[in-house]
Amino acid sequence: MATHVSEYLRLDKMPHIWCPGCGTGIILGAVVRAIAKLGYKRDDVVVVTGIGCSSRTNAIIDFNTFQTTHGRALSFATGFKMARPEMKVIVITGDGDGSGIGGNHLIHTARRNIDITTILVNNGIYGMTGGQYSPLTPRGCIASTAATGTMEPCFDMCELVKAAGATYVARGTAYHATMLEQLIAKALEHHGFSFVEGIAQCPIGFGRRNNQKTPVDMLNWQKDHAITIAAAAKASPEELAGKFLIGEFVNKEAPEFSDVYWEASRKAQQKVKEAR
Amino acid sequence: MSKREVRLMQGNEACAEAALYAGVKFFAGYPITPATEIMEILSRKLPQVGGVFLQMEDEISSMAAVIGASIGGLKSLTATSGPGFTLKQENIGYAAMVEIPCVIVDVQRGGPSTGLPTLPAQMDVMQARWGTHGDHPIVVLCPSTVYEYYTLTVQAVNFAEMLRTPVIVLSDAIVGHLREKVVLPELGELKIVNRKMTTVAPKDFLPYKADEDGVPPFVNYGTGYRYHITSNNHDEGGFPATNNHQIADSLLRRLHDKVEKRRSEIVITEEIMTEDADVIIFAYGCTARSAYSAVEEARKKGMKVGLIKALTLWPFPFEVLLKYSKQAKHVIVPEMNLGQLAGEVERTLKDCPVKVTRLNRIDGRMITPEQIVSTISEVI
Ligand SMILES: Cc1ncc(C[n+]2csc(CCOP(=O)(O)OP(=O)(O)O)c2C)c(N)n1
Ligand code: SF4
Repeated sequence: MATHVSEYLRLDKMPHIWCPGCGTGIILGAVVRAIAKLGYKRDDVVVVTGIGCSSRTNAIIDFNTFQTTHGRALSFATGFKMARPEMKVIVITGDGDGSGIGGNHLIHTARRNIDITTILVNNGIYGMTGGQYSPLTPRGCIASTAATGTMEPCFDMCELVKAAGATYVARGTAYHATMLEQLIAKALEHHGFSFVEGIAQCPIGFGRRNNQKTPVDMLNWQKDHAITIAAAAKASPEELAGKFLIGEFVNKEAPEFSDVYWEASRKAQQKVKEAR
Repeated sequence: MSKREVRLMQGNEACAEAALYAGVKFFAGYPITPATEIMEILSRKLPQVGGVFLQMEDEISSMAAVIGASIGGLKSLTATSGPGFTLKQENIGYAAMVEIPCVIVDVQRGGPSTGLPTLPAQMDVMQARWGTHGDHPIVVLCPSTVYEYYTLTVQAVNFAEMLRTPVIVLSDAIVGHLREKVVLPELGELKIVNRKMTTVAPKDFLPYKADEDGVPPFVNYGTGYRYHITSNNHDEGGFPATNNHQIADSLLRRLHDKVEKRRSEIVITEEIMTEDADVIIFAYGCTARSAYSAVEEARKKGMKVGLIKALTLWPFPFEVLLKYSKQAKHVIVPEMNLGQLAGEVERTLKDCPVKVTRLNRIDGRMITPEQIVSTISEVI
């Protein structure tokens, strides 16, 4: 029997800090529902975050939770996972946290293929600090540090972590919350480094400056601009213009880092025993 | 009959062996001379004892992984030199704030920046104290011999676990690369401290509720105690309390008090030939070696000179200086920087009739015993 989502929340820590209409809570909802469906025990799950609105997610969910420094959650999580291999380790990060200041750690954690699930809440902006552009802000968008529009191109994070070696890569949106939940569930069940990008709305830092006046406008934008990988395969170049892909990009097997490490350690211990 | 093993050992090797002796089961680091031997040795030895060795992508992630592993319950350590020590600073502050034990070894070389790779210096004394932002407590231990490097590394792990705070071992390129005869302590000979664990039931557990000694008991995740850790100002329950000034005040004061309460245990100094000394050399690290020779030399010449060797630099050992504030007429502070610790000595003795003389060298070469002897001759 599925557990009710509220059982996974620290209800006494409400209200949360997010602005009305913020998409972060929708992404968190998908994470929690995925965990509930999979029936993980709360004690077995560790959720690690960095700094940002999206990193405040773990304060209100009833797991083992720690918030770290800006951009470094994956490195803390790597140390933790090696210390406690039996635990399910999840990292929730923002687009600034995960692709800017923490981008290098994301690349290397994906390369190691360590069994950590990363959820990157991509709202295309530095929300917590008031709407400065991030490495994932689309070129031309207005930000508090880009009055006439950003001049830099942005990353495609799914392509980036795929190239870095992640063995599960997917993208969903706050609008497609049910699909997102399913992608997260698959990521959680995957053995190796898994990465799910969740496109979310930040009405305060992004929407009001970029002609998306309400949170509903922003969710509609997600609906209108997302296209599933399957649909995209059949679409014409005109139909694909301005669209972004959602769905599963990578789902493959490769040696997982801690398995490799502990196997080597076992052999090293055996050798020492034999030498005695 | 003693079963103690006698070995010719390099300083950094002693540090790595001591980490294992103290029960360290996790190391993460990034190569940098003159610290690299520590990670090379632990890369071989930790897997042999079921521990974890990780070479990370930089020093920021190394420090993060060390803290993550310590949150996971393992005694954890990292080692670096000046430039890497700088990169670790933000996360060292995190460890101080969230009270997660960890040890950072900084094998000093000449700076600023890449400076004098990889000649010795003692230029990170203040970085070790104040390198991370905010008003944080810190413990810094400083060896001058290979054997001290061993025992102080064990002490550093012990202090970190006892106080739940980051502890720094501040060695230097001389002590790090020096080879000396070491009589290794037997298992059980040196005290080993493990972090204090909670005895209360999960429903009553508050992760930041401190005992009388100012240190909150720890508990491992995954054992029925689910709690939150945040580097924001937090209440005893571990949740952000950023608008509560009273909690902000009492939390920071407690972090300092828990270290101050243990001063007598933590502050380690040695007094050598000081009983009748008119002149005291206050030295630490590799410079204390020259100071020791200088004192012997000066004594031969009939000068009443003694040595105070500081093995703990922070908290600053002012008590031992004040002990001699009436007896000594001069204190000489030789150091391989422009007076980072001399400032503290002057501050300690400002109302005493003692003249403090600085002896500084910053060219990547050791201060020689002759230099110290000639400074002694000049002051008396
Ligand atoms: C080292 C460091 N630099 C800067 C900051 C300030 N800061 C806090 S949150 C944040 C941006 C977070 O943006 P993002 O990761 O996109 O998350 P969001 O708030 O949008 O969810 C910044 C720059 C910090 N806390 N630490
Ligand atoms: S600033 Fe943006 S991301 Fe942060 S809580 Fe508000 S809407 Fe959400």
